[in-house]
Amino acid sequence: MSTTIIAGAGHAGGQTAISLRQAGYEGRIVVCGDEPVPPYQRPPLSKKYLSGELALERVFLRPDSFYARNDIELRLGNAVREIDREGRTVRLEDGDSLAFTDLVIATGSRPRRLDAPGADLANIFYLRTLADSDVIGNALAAGRRLAVVGGGYIGLEIASTAKGLGLEVCVIEAADRILGRVTAPEMSAYYTSAHRARGVDIRLSTSIAAFEGDDTVEAVDCGDETIPADVVVVGIGIVPAQELAASAGIRCDDGIVVDERCATSADRVYAVGDCTRHPNPILGRTLRLESVHNALEQARTAAANIAGTPTKYEQVPWFWSDQFDLKLQMVGMSQGYDTIVQRGSMDADDFAMFYLKDGVLIAVDAVNRPREFMACRKLVPERPRIDPKKLADESIPMKEMS
Amino acid sequence: MARITFIQPDGASATVEIANGLTVMEGAIDNDIAGVIAQCGGSCSCSTCHCYVAEDWMSVLPPPDEEECGLIEFAWEPRESSRLTCQIRVTDDLDGLVLHVPAEQL
Repeated sequence: MSTTIIAGAGHAGGQTAISLRQAGYEGRIVVCGDEPVPPYQRPPLSKKYLSGELALERVFLRPDSFYARNDIELRLGNAVREIDREGRTVRLEDGDSLAFTDLVIATGSRPRRLDAPGADLANIFYLRTLADSDVIGNALAAGRRLAVVGGGYIGLEIASTAKGLGLEVCVIEAADRILGRVTAPEMSAYYTSAHRARGVDIRLSTSIAAFEGDDTVEAVDCGDETIPADVVVVGIGIVPAQELAASAGIRCDDGIVVDERCATSADRVYAVGDCTRHPNPILGRTLRLESVHNALEQARTAAANIAGTPTKYEQVPWFWSDQFDLKLQMVGMSQGYDTIVQRGSMDADDFAMFYLKDGVLIAVDAVNRPREFMACRKLVPERPRIDPKKLADESIPMKEMS
Repeated sequence: MARITFIQPDGASATVEIANGLTVMEGAIDNDIAGVIAQCGGSCSCSTCHCYVAEDWMSVLPPPDEEECGLIEFAWEPRESSRLTCQIRVTDDLDGLVLHVPAEQL
C-alpha cells in the first residue's frame, strides 16, 4: 500500500489530507505537526477567535471524528525533523521513522523576529499559532495599552480587535505608510485615516530603538519618543519554514521551489502553502503567498497529483482582511500597476480601487464591496482591457464590465 | 438543533443534525457534505458554501443582507433561492430545512 506523509498540520497540511481522501486516495495518510492540536484555520486568530467571539471548536478545520472516520493518522506534537530522500523515510521528533511513497511538505512560515534591546521582555508577543492567540488574548484586557509593531494586515487586525476589547492601541510602523508592501499609497492613506477615526493611534516613519521594562515590557523606545505599553505584539512579516526541505537538499529560494503541480526538486516530494515559491502563469512570475486560498488550492493540487490526476495550480490570488466594520477583499497582485481607479466613496467606507497595467485590469482592493471583489475574481484571470472611466462609473453595474 | 437535508445534483441526499448556534455551513463541513467548500471559513468572503434553498423554506429564512447578496450575485449559477450557508445560523425553527448543493462552486 502506498503511504503519503504530510509534514505540517496547518491549514495546507490538513487540507492535503482532506483532499486526498476526497480524491479517492486509498493509501495510508499520516499528518505530522509540531503543534499539539489538529489542523485549524489561522485567519480567526487575529480576529474573532482573539476577541473571544468564536469558540475553539469552531476554529478547527474538521472535528476530531473526521480523521478517524477517514482513516487519517494525526501525529500531533511530533513534527518531521529529517527527510531521507534516498531511503524514502522521514524521522519524527520522537525518533520514530516512517516510510513514504509520497511526501508533502507543509511547514508553513514563522514570524520574523524583531532584534532590539529588550525584545525578550515579558508581554512581547508574536502571532502565528493558536497558542500565541490564546496568550495574546489573555493579555488583551480592557484599559491596557497595546503597542503593535508593524502596520501590515496582521498588525492592523490585532489593533482593530484590541480596540474593540477596550484597549488603548498604538500601531508603530517603520515605513512612511502602513500596508506599504501590499497595496497602493491611496489604500494606505485610507486605512490610516480609518484606524485613526476609530481611535487607533498610528505612528508612521517610527522605528523601534528598544523595549523598556524590568521583567515585563512597560514602554517602547522609538528614539525621539517613548510610547507606554503594557502589551506589545510584533507583526513584521513572516519567513518561510524551509529548513526541513533545505537540509534534505531540496531546492529553496526564499521558499521551497515547486512547479505548477506543487512538485519540489525531489522525486514524489511536494510542497504546499506559505512555505512554497511557486510559478503563476497568469502573473508571469514566481511568488510566495501567505494566504488561505493559496494554502487550500496548493493542497488540492498536490493531493490530485498524488491521487493520480495530473493537475496544475494556475489561479489569481485572492485575500481578505476584516478590520472594524471594514471588509477588505482583494484579487490579484497590484505591484507594477500604472493606473489606479476609484469606484465609490472612501468617506462612506464603500469603495473599490482597481489597478491596471498597460490597460489591463490586474487587481482590485474592495472595501465593503462584494460585487467588485467577486466580479474581479472572474475578470482578472482573463486579463481584460477595461476603460478606466467605465470602472469608475457607478451607473454601470459590475456585471457589465468586460 | 435542526435536522437539515442536503441534496446533491445527482439526487443523493444526506440529512444531518446541526447544533443551534452553528452555521449551516459549519454543520455541512463537520458532516462531510460534498460540494460545500467554504474556503474563507465563514467570513462571507468567497461564496464557496453557496446552496439553493428548497422553495417552501425560502420565506422561513431571514433574508440575506447586502453583503451576502453581493457575493451571491457572482456565485456559480445564482438563483432566487441562492444563499450562502455560512450566513444561515441554525435554530430549532430550521428543523427540516432542505438545501440543494450546486453542481459547482466558483
